[in-house]
Amino acid sequence: MAELVFLVAALIILVGAVGVVASRNPVHAALFLVQTLVGVAVLFVLNDAHFLAAVQVVVYAGAIVILFLFVIMLLGVDKAEELRIEPIFGQRPLAAVVGAALAALLGTVVIGGADVLTGLRRAGGDRALDGDTTDIERLGRVLFSEYAFAVEITAALLTVAVVGAVVLTRRASHSDGSTPVDA
Amino acid sequence: MDLAGLSVGWYLALSVALFAIGGIGLLVRRNPLVMFMCVELMLNAVNVAFVALGAGLNDVGGQLAVFFVLVVAATEVVIGLALVVAINRRRSGATADDVSLLKG
Repeated sequence: MAELVFLVAALIILVGAVGVVASRNPVHAALFLVQTLVGVAVLFVLNDAHFLAAVQVVVYAGAIVILFLFVIMLLGVDKAEELRIEPIFGQRPLAAVVGAALAALLGTVVIGGADVLTGLRRAGGDRALDGDTTDIERLGRVLFSEYAFAVEITAALLTVAVVGAVVLTRRASHSDGSTPVDA
Repeated sequence: MDLAGLSVGWYLALSVALFAIGGIGLLVRRNPLVMFMCVELMLNAVNVAFVALGAGLNDVGGQLAVFFVLVVAATEVVIGLALVVAINRRRSGATADDVSLLKG
């Protein structure tokens, strides 16, 4: 059963990924991205990461892709890109070669080392996945004890991102004669 | 967790394929928005590997890493799209090739 779910999800993910790369219209690419993200959420459920699956659907497939669509509509760049012309000579074949080399390298290193990685150690205490707590409780316990400082840094990062987005996108207001900020 | 016959290697193979597709897309596409989507594909490939290895190691650390990747991806998209909007305001229909205009 798990194998079947994995195979279907993997098919959904890979078709969506190819669709993102190959679709001429950015709106279609965004919709293919949703397909891939939902497939990844299915894999999270398969690995008993239910909280992350929910976050994946809500934050990624919801918020981030909607943000992409907002910007596509706002800029009016939803007209199709001509994919047949190649502005840089040999870009496509070289990209394919680099991609294949990347896949081969990662494949040999990561898959070859997987047995070593998974046999390394078994976690105990709060971090063990086979305890009787739910995954969200386990995640919360470790997040706010061991990784509390990282959570604080993340909060600061999010604040900086929001301020940065406002600074980057606001129009310069010359009406009040104040500092001529040119965003 | 019952994953007889479905080892971590399968997840890693999927992760590698997804990462490579995202990388190829990043190299091939010129629309900055689609390039961002390809970066999201690559981040998701890493997330798949994190969760699968975390499950294999019986450790919640993999899920924690995915949590932080999600947050950083969100900030990256916010800043990146703000940059795209700012550039397009100056020069409508800009592609990644036009960023070479930035050099003095």
